[in-house]
Amino acid sequence: MPGRMPKGKGGSANPKVLGRLIKMLMEFFPFMVPLTVVCILFSSIVSAIPDMYIQQVIKLITDALEGGWSWEDTSAQLIPKMVTLVVLYLLALAAVTLYTQLMAFITQGFLDKMRQSMFRKMQNLPLRYFDTHKHGDIMSTYTNDTDALRQLISQALPTLLRAGTVVIVVFGIMIYYSLWLTLFTVVGVVAIMFASGKMGGGSAKYFIRQQQSVGKAEGYIQEMMNGQKVIKVFNHEKKAQAEFDKINEELCSDAYRANAYANTLGPVVMNIGNILYVLLAVIGGALVLIGMKNPSIYSLVMAAKDPAFKGLLDVSIVVAFLNMTKQFTGNVNQVAQQINAVVMALAGAERIFAIMDAEPEPDNGYVKLVNAEIAADGTITETERHTGHWAWKHPHQADGTVTYTKLEGDVMLDHVDFGYVPEKTVLHDVCVYAKPGQKIAFVGSTGAGKTTITNLINRFYDIADGKIRYDGININKIVKSDLRRSLGIVLQETNLFTGTVMDNIRYGKLDATDEECIAAAKLAGADDFITRLPGGYDTELTGNGANLSQGQRQLIAIARAAVADPPVMIMDEATSSIDTRTEAIVAAGMDKLMEGRTVFVIAHRLSTVRNSDVIMVLDHGSIIERGSHDQLIAKKGQYYKLYTGAFELE
Amino acid sequence: MLKRLLACIREYKAATILTLVFILGEAVIETLIPTKTADLITFVNDGSPMEMVIRTGLILTAMAIVSLACGTLAAFTCSKAATGLSKNLRHDLFAQVQKYSFQNIDKFSSSSLVTRMTTDVNNVQFAFMMIIRMGLRSPLMFILSVIAAYRMGGSLATAFVVVIPLLVVGLALIGKFALPAFRSVFKKYDRLNESVEENVRGMRVVKGFSREEHEKEKFGRASEDIRKDFTKAERIVALNQPLMTLCMYFDMVFILTVGTHMAVVDRSVDIGQISAMITYGVQILMSLMFLSMIYVMVTMSAESLKRIDEVLTEQPTLVNPGQPVMEVTDGSIDFENVSFKYSAQAKRSALENISLHIPTGTTVGILGGTGSSKSTLVQLIPRLYDVTEGTLKVGGTDVRQYDLETLRDSVAMVLQKNELFSGTIAENLRWGNENASDEEITHACRLAQAEEFIERFPDKYETYIEQGGTNVSGGQKQRLCIARALLKKPKILILDDSTSAVDTKTDQLIRQGFREFIPETTKIIIAQRVASVQDADMIIVMDNGTIADVGTHEELLSRSPIYREVFEQQTSGNGGED
Repeated sequence: MPGRMPKGKGGSANPKVLGRLIKMLMEFFPFMVPLTVVCILFSSIVSAIPDMYIQQVIKLITDALEGGWSWEDTSAQLIPKMVTLVVLYLLALAAVTLYTQLMAFITQGFLDKMRQSMFRKMQNLPLRYFDTHKHGDIMSTYTNDTDALRQLISQALPTLLRAGTVVIVVFGIMIYYSLWLTLFTVVGVVAIMFASGKMGGGSAKYFIRQQQSVGKAEGYIQEMMNGQKVIKVFNHEKKAQAEFDKINEELCSDAYRANAYANTLGPVVMNIGNILYVLLAVIGGALVLIGMKNPSIYSLVMAAKDPAFKGLLDVSIVVAFLNMTKQFTGNVNQVAQQINAVVMALAGAERIFAIMDAEPEPDNGYVKLVNAEIAADGTITETERHTGHWAWKHPHQADGTVTYTKLEGDVMLDHVDFGYVPEKTVLHDVCVYAKPGQKIAFVGSTGAGKTTITNLINRFYDIADGKIRYDGININKIVKSDLRRSLGIVLQETNLFTGTVMDNIRYGKLDATDEECIAAAKLAGADDFITRLPGGYDTELTGNGANLSQGQRQLIAIARAAVADPPVMIMDEATSSIDTRTEAIVAAGMDKLMEGRTVFVIAHRLSTVRNSDVIMVLDHGSIIERGSHDQLIAKKGQYYKLYTGAFELE
Repeated sequence: MLKRLLACIREYKAATILTLVFILGEAVIETLIPTKTADLITFVNDGSPMEMVIRTGLILTAMAIVSLACGTLAAFTCSKAATGLSKNLRHDLFAQVQKYSFQNIDKFSSSSLVTRMTTDVNNVQFAFMMIIRMGLRSPLMFILSVIAAYRMGGSLATAFVVVIPLLVVGLALIGKFALPAFRSVFKKYDRLNESVEENVRGMRVVKGFSREEHEKEKFGRASEDIRKDFTKAERIVALNQPLMTLCMYFDMVFILTVGTHMAVVDRSVDIGQISAMITYGVQILMSLMFLSMIYVMVTMSAESLKRIDEVLTEQPTLVNPGQPVMEVTDGSIDFENVSFKYSAQAKRSALENISLHIPTGTTVGILGGTGSSKSTLVQLIPRLYDVTEGTLKVGGTDVRQYDLETLRDSVAMVLQKNELFSGTIAENLRWGNENASDEEITHACRLAQAEEFIERFPDKYETYIEQGGTNVSGGQKQRLCIARALLKKPKILILDDSTSAVDTKTDQLIRQGFREFIPETTKIIIAQRVASVQDADMIIVMDNGTIADVGTHEELLSRSPIYREVFEQQTSGNGGED
């Protein structure tokens, strides 16, 4: 996805994000995480220990050679050491096995939990969120950012912990053996850190540049691939190619720099380590030769044991130090290699948290939709059973009583004002009265506010001023999911889901039988083409029904709304892609579908709306004309102009 | 497949080879360093004169510097080679798509082409980088280290005899089980992401039907499923580390114990050698692990490689003839028994036995329901598709004999799915004719009835059009597309439902302009509205891939039931205007 990685923050990692991640890890796995940490620590410490043994064994060999010991004498000293080492190794091996297995559980478990809570959270976000965030950006939190998180948890964090522990332990052992040599090593390591810091910064800078070029290239590719047919028709291939080559060249040069920097880091750190190693050998050797004193804990310990101990630097210490330097630089290198991953992951985690922390859609409704039994005298009783009748259950907080109102589909907008952003109202003083069973149409140019009105009825957005009542109840009091359940909606932009045609129709009513779905499809006029599909109702739809025409997708969407059998339906340009001839064929079904329901129709094509009970002509957020088709024609106003084609809808 | 890929390295061959050379140098030196270090340690240990120590030290320092130089240079050359390769791949992919015919384009969805040019190329770039950096280095390090270990340690090197087979078998087994596990996980992952995308896009539907809980459950199940599979896959791979650790520990204990014995009893090794053996041990094991990593990565990127290759090897179905005709004489069109199928496997022909003569300069209207193949019919004229049977002639010559560019320059087509590109209005219009003068542009816009609204924009012809033309209305977009096509000064102009969002009055003005200013051009207009075609010289009524009738408005009204039905719907009681 274009340019969505570190967003120009110069790769600054927010430590708070890391803290929050670790806290979540602990919460999710209160037992496994500490166990893993203990195992990592243990195995890291053990892996640092051989250096001590190497020193001891080498000293043993030197002593044996100097003293002309027999193998028996030597092995008597060697074997206990080796036994301890083997035991430690076995324990460490167990720890490594355990923690690597645990890590698999933790990483995947954590990702699963993150994904799920992100998705659950996303479902509760208001539509406003999706209007103001690019879909590609939201998607990339599920793909790129989650993936970066996987890297962090499964690799970067354990590596940092392990390498960090080794560094600390080795450092401790170093100090134990020799102060001077330790100081010397520290100087070298500081040099390494300086170099890797410099290069890490450089690579981060170029990585951000690279991401921007990637975004640009992707944008161009996307545009050209979508317009490929136009390119062909205009013989524009060569120009498109030339333009692309320019962008491609830029991308290549940025990618080159970013990668070159990142790739240099390894050899630089390793070879500074090598040089450090050599210097240490030379200097250590020289110090041994000149019989340098070795101020260290080791000397103190030995001196305490043996008063004859002179506390000079000896070869065994230098040799052990050489190995420790290797360990030291190797682990510092490992840490350096992870820095990029950590920065990327924290930036990703920040975006994930941004979704999780977003304000959810508020729902303070308390009026519920229930199945109702209506007695002959009109009294309504609530029931579990599906009766085909519905009622609003309205508890009154003041006196604790409950009243039931029959669901009829009476919708009233009373002096409604609304703006998607507070500064800009798009609806002014809109009044709409829809009696049960009426067909209300909205006509007007793009941006006149037709869709906005329907968005307010189902509370996709909340109104700024005025009231909307549903069967006399203020819709703010109705539980959102119940309100929407009572409204069937067919949108201009048809969205189908992966699954069979049947699944897609059933989306309107999850417990609908096959027969109900087929009946709904027949009503929508979709049955005819569905039965001609290769798999009939079991045809798999993928990619938003890419294998269907736009008109066919719309028919399925209508069937989907029909199966829900809602008292109120909103049809927003629901038949815009169906040609007039087909529309006329399905018209009978449509009329039957709309019968007895309150229907709001938005259509560009006036033939779709002309038989409505009331037609509202909207202009710039206000209703400028209202009436039936005949009334409006007689009025010779805006509607008349539209109808006679003298005016263009845009 | 691999060969075609390697061919894309082209000008980056030098960088690739240099990388290999530098890596070779680095690897050789890296294996030599422990040997020299062993010498150094022995010198220090034996109390040799300082000069010896310093000399060895200097040699070692020099080696480290050379290794640093090699490593750094390799880092640069390998980045150059890998990013260069991916640049070339992108170039080739893009160029290949430019060669595609409509038929080829239909085969790949545009989003899949985008993924192939981005994600897949990136995967290949990364894998290639790994291969040239590690692919040679790891086996080399392995072999050199084993040789060096044997030369130095003699019988101490037996330590590896036990360990290496164990490690190789272990890693191979892990790879064998892990790969299919990962592959299936990634497939599921893709599906999960697709469903998220579906959800984000269709959020209004989800919310409209109050299906949030349903979606959460669905997603929860899918996510949990992935967790299980992914955990399994990762657990297999996680065995890598204990295996490595086991081998390393075994070596360590072996070398220390046996080494001491050898040093003390038969004095066949010295301290320096023991220390070097430990280093080699680590090197050998590490190189093996890298090898297994490369193996896994390469296999995983093979999928991407395959997808790229599919695009590169897709044969363009339309090619220029050997000796192409370079001029279109006039705008007459002849269909002679033309049938057309979108693919050889298609059961039903999209067009069935069409014969038709359109004299140059006529205005032709085409009317018909969805799926009656109106668009298909006209797309054959600029040879966007080839006829399956029969012959199609433009200007008296079979379209297959024309130079493609010549033909398409003479046949301008406004597609049903209009596309404007990001850029100014003038830039978009100049797609029709790069060298169009300002007067020509204004003239075309006037004809397309676009001049008025363009003049109302503050930046006029320099107004920036957003990607996909989202900042102009549907009707404006259509008129701009018509103007763009007019600038080609074509012999044949085809409008495929291109005025559907334009009001009837403007629509009529556009047609009137055509009659007055481009009388020699053959004009073909597909429309939903009878009003858009009723004054045409000739109206074709399409039904189900065949021509139901041809005639003038009056003729058709009197004899074509389909035409009459549509006309009545749109004019009398039951219908209206768009």
